[in-house]
Amino acid sequence: MLEVKGLRKVYSSGSREVEALRDLTFTVDNGDLVCLVGPSGCGKTTLLRCISGLLTPTSGSVRVNGDAVTGPPPGMAVVFQEYGRSLFPWMSVRDNVELPLKQKKVDRARRRELVDTALDAVGLSGTASAYPWQLSGGMQQRVAIARAVAYEPETLLMDEPFAAVDAQTRADLEDLVRSLWQRLKVTVLFVTHDIDEAVYLGRRVVMLSSSPTVVQDELVVDLPAERDQLNTRADPRFVELRTRVYEQIQKAKKAAVR
Amino acid sequence: MDILKKAGLAIALPIVLFAGWFWLSDGSENFYSPPLRTILTAFGDTWTLERLRTDVAPSLLRLLAGFLLAALIGIGLGVAIGLNRRLRAVLEPVLEFFRAIPPPVLVPVIMLFAGIGDGMKVIVIVFGCIWPILLNTVEGVRATDSVVLDTARAYGVTGPARLTRVILPSASPQIAAGLRQALSIAIILMVISEMFASSNGLGFTIVQFQRSFAIPEMWSGIILLGLLGFALSLLFRLAERWALRWYEGLRAAQRRAG
Repeated sequence: MLEVKGLRKVYSSGSREVEALRDLTFTVDNGDLVCLVGPSGCGKTTLLRCISGLLTPTSGSVRVNGDAVTGPPPGMAVVFQEYGRSLFPWMSVRDNVELPLKQKKVDRARRRELVDTALDAVGLSGTASAYPWQLSGGMQQRVAIARAVAYEPETLLMDEPFAAVDAQTRADLEDLVRSLWQRLKVTVLFVTHDIDEAVYLGRRVVMLSSSPTVVQDELVVDLPAERDQLNTRADPRFVELRTRVYEQIQKAKKAAVR
Repeated sequence: MDILKKAGLAIALPIVLFAGWFWLSDGSENFYSPPLRTILTAFGDTWTLERLRTDVAPSLLRLLAGFLLAALIGIGLGVAIGLNRRLRAVLEPVLEFFRAIPPPVLVPVIMLFAGIGDGMKVIVIVFGCIWPILLNTVEGVRATDSVVLDTARAYGVTGPARLTRVILPSASPQIAAGLRQALSIAIILMVISEMFASSNGLGFTIVQFQRSFAIPEMWSGIILLGLLGFALSLLFRLAERWALRWYEGLRAAQRRAG
């Protein structure tokens, strides 16, 4: 279980202090897929960096299965928004996926198997020897997802991973994330600013307020587990849920203006 | 075809210049600027295999030793300074001062400490050409993308692997730029150190010819130096292009996208 409790982050430079996160408390059960959605500039990335142990919060705590996060936890993989900068351009696709496994001291045969399976799972079997920059944006993000999958994480954090890809690729990648989540039984925390995406993907949606951020609202997405781009998005229940999320986000924005 | 065209364009001007020199100097009666025909004859007579072994080889060896030593120290120190803010704050003003000293000035000083042997020449070369390597490495290491560093940390790429698989490759284009500058400085210092005090080497030989009024031979030595410098920089460029082919590809991909 991932527990975020009373999380607060204040950036200070000189005498100026900016409160990015005010007080965030929520939990993600093991095996759940939770989407965090909030207005732009609401500190989503700050939150994700705190959860992944890349940033130390000012106060409050993050716990993974009871253990406090003080640095990047071993069972956690992160997919960053900027795939172009997160993949190492000096390494082939295979080396990019394999490097974290080498660091985990996985033996060679098993590494090979993990890398091949992961690339296969994201539909990139033939591109292992290519460099990331030889691939399209959507394919690069697939490589980043393959790297996360091969890492065999218990928790997968995704920071607006599809914000920079085109709409059609985005739909494909959303379905990919759903199917990987169902197959691998990982816990997924998916950060996005796209309300439709949050409702379509998540089993739960946590809505954030504008910065300084608190949890605005939470809802359970009671759509069937089998979702597809056409029917699910046309489902009256989907429309209802997305309206509710939309209203909350609008409320959050108004509160910020005032 | 394309390569032939390029080679043709590259070689056209040198041919014209040489032909012009040949033609203009052909009837020259001036003792100090003999006809190119005489110089070329002297070239063949002077730079025999024996000469290459006794004078050119020692020069090149000292050049190589100095350059490699400077690369080793420069990159090592540069990485340490680039990674450590406090070290940078302490060392940067001192480094700027040392860099501002024209290295030939130090030849007499270094002679006092290191004598007039090979050691002195290597030290002069190291001292002169380490600066571009060092400063470029520092800048390259500092410019490592924050998303790259976050990715490495999140996936447990720490310790030596962080250095060899992430930071050094990321800084390598800039390090290569430093090495390229250093190479041309090293060639200059190789000649200068030999002109001060030596019993063999290219710089020594050219000064000997000049002092004994062997003017065509002196000119032929200068031509040889030019050819050597050109060949070395060509070799360096080839090695650089091979080692940084990912960088060329990445930049081309970014240009297409941008």
